[in-house]
Amino acid sequence: MILFLMRMRGILKKEALQILRDPSSIALALVMPLLLLFIFGYGVNLDAEHVPIAIVSDDRGEMAQDLIARFELSPHFELYQVKNELEAESLILSRDVDAIVRLQDDFSSQLLRGEQAPVQLIVNGIDANRARLIQGYVRNIVSNWSRMRQERGEAGAGPPVSVSQRIWFNEGAESRNFMIPGLITLIMTLIGILLTALVIAREWERGTMEAMLVTPLRRVDILLGKIIPYYILGMLGMGMSVVVAVTVFQVPFRGSITALLLLSSLFMLASLGFGLLLSAAIRIQFVAAQISIVAGFLPAFFLSGLIFDLDSTPPVIQIVSHIVPAKYFVTISHTLFMAGDIWSVLLPNGLVLAAMAVIFLGLAYRKISKRLEG
Amino acid sequence: MQALRRILALVIKEFVTILKDPKSRFVIIGPPIIQFFVFGYAATYDLENVRYAVFDESRSVLSRQLLSKVEGAGMFRLSGYLDDDKQLTESINSEEARLVIHIGPEFEKKLRSSQPVEVQVIADGRNPNVALIALGYFGTIVEQFNRELMQQGVVQRDGPALQLVERSWFNGNLRSRWFIVSALGGIISMVVVIILTSLSVSREREFGTFDQLLVAPFTPLEILIGKSLPGIVFGMLDALIFSAGAVYWFSVPFRGTVTALVVALLCFLITIVGVGLLVSSLSMTMQQGLLGSFLFIMPAVTLSGLATPIENMPLWLQRADLINPVQYIIIALRNIFLEGADLSMTWPYLWPLLLIASVTLPLSAWLFRHRAV
Repeated sequence: MILFLMRMRGILKKEALQILRDPSSIALALVMPLLLLFIFGYGVNLDAEHVPIAIVSDDRGEMAQDLIARFELSPHFELYQVKNELEAESLILSRDVDAIVRLQDDFSSQLLRGEQAPVQLIVNGIDANRARLIQGYVRNIVSNWSRMRQERGEAGAGPPVSVSQRIWFNEGAESRNFMIPGLITLIMTLIGILLTALVIAREWERGTMEAMLVTPLRRVDILLGKIIPYYILGMLGMGMSVVVAVTVFQVPFRGSITALLLLSSLFMLASLGFGLLLSAAIRIQFVAAQISIVAGFLPAFFLSGLIFDLDSTPPVIQIVSHIVPAKYFVTISHTLFMAGDIWSVLLPNGLVLAAMAVIFLGLAYRKISKRLEG
Repeated sequence: MQALRRILALVIKEFVTILKDPKSRFVIIGPPIIQFFVFGYAATYDLENVRYAVFDESRSVLSRQLLSKVEGAGMFRLSGYLDDDKQLTESINSEEARLVIHIGPEFEKKLRSSQPVEVQVIADGRNPNVALIALGYFGTIVEQFNRELMQQGVVQRDGPALQLVERSWFNGNLRSRWFIVSALGGIISMVVVIILTSLSVSREREFGTFDQLLVAPFTPLEILIGKSLPGIVFGMLDALIFSAGAVYWFSVPFRGTVTALVVALLCFLITIVGVGLLVSSLSMTMQQGLLGSFLFIMPAVTLSGLATPIENMPLWLQRADLINPVQYIIIALRNIFLEGADLSMTWPYLWPLLLIASVTLPLSAWLFRHRAV
């Protein structure tokens, strides 16, 4: 036991010095999270505001003006009044506006006669998601306006069935509340996989592994020596991100700190295990770096539900996503931040992460052989 | 002539360094192609299989008529029927359903007596984008249902006086896959190239062979060319494979010209090689090179407009984003693929790229010698 502690002290000191003397790993663990939070907090936003739209209407009638005023009041739109269709079309082609709303000349009189009055909406469909959001905003404005007319008794009764909608956990449907908890997963993946992918391969390439092999260090000591410092760095980065998310970006945190610490530890260990496994198995820094990005970072971005919804992907992709640790932690983190300690979500995902941590670390342990030839 | 021979020797050396090892040969071509296809499918905002649960207290002909319209819409997938409010809470909490449709007991009775009724929908806001789109879609289903009711004469009412007629240009069915896949190839080849170049100088520094290179009769310009070419060649190869994949596999329309595509990619790759070499010449070890390139990749991709629109960013960030090379290639690629841009229409997005390259490339050539060791 005493010998073990002595060995641990030695190797931990070596690894700590190695980290401290290379400022780049500290930069990744502590500066990168802040930079990313800042960029995601301000830069990644799916809620469209001030969308430029063109309004074509020759109708000077009260009704038309009233509806147009609704568009003006909406925070989602920035209006361009244009004279005719042609001008509006050239604006949409030159990307100056994203949509055209057109009212016919006899819009008001049609409504007064109780006839159907069309409101025409043309959107630029290149960015399909944005186009869909714009359609949704326009639909809301139009239906609110007609509901208001019905209440004022200016129009016949409303539709027989109406929808009352509620969004739980994120009442304003703010994408920031969704992005930032997901981002914390990405930050931890970066620290866990990218930092560690090179650490064992580096020792092989530089030949210092041979020096370690002749010391009384056992495999488990070498592995622990690599895990502990990076685990601490990763958890520091995570803690810092959560504090910034809650204080600066006002993202709600409804879960408990205990659950967060427990589950993020599991995720951190799974990521570290994956990174160390890569590093031990490949032994070439260049290849380990490429693989860590291809198999570690990019899946954490695309196959985790961080931005793109996994349920909408083809079955094959969904199956592949089951081996991405980040997928489980993105779910956990969204639930912890927005919904709270809901164990029916946290427990199964946490168990998978625990299993992954055991498997990856176990494989990494087996791969750190005390022999020179691979 | 001498210079050309020296450059050729250097270029051969650089290619051999990358290609000599089977693992590194593989990582330059294999994984990027797998990624392109996997992410091409994964990166979509088009919703399918949105799990929903039904809490139908009315259990009537009309409620079933509405629910069958939801079922037939193609976007939703039924996860189960609920019997009380407790189950409703539980199914949303546990993510079994992301949308719950709650129809009250009086649904049919009220409709038949021409009273207005409400259908309650609850969405899981943990993914607000999914929630909003699914709610919007459900709203249009209810509108259709209303029209049906009036046509069937179940309710006698004036038709809705306002009718919204929607059309979308350039991408009629609003498929977001086109939007993302057309630009995805640029991003993936960028990641390959930047890792390749950012590790190339730092690897030689770490192994100590860079000093040999510096004392050999090469000018910094020649080293620069030798170090740039592999990145440009492999990047172009990857990017062209991805462009073909986008068109032939994902059926993205290609409305522009091939010349415009090749020139745009070339300008972009030169710029990216410049960034990669700058990172590389600043780093002393491969780890620093890798981390440095991530310090560039993460913000550059995030703020590129690939996944979220640049227009949604605050103005000061949009201004800062003007120096982000990735946003130009994304706009250029989308213009070439979807809007049919030719070279002259793409030019406004290419000269900023060359401008950025004209700063980074000379700077890294200078740093080859002047970075203090």
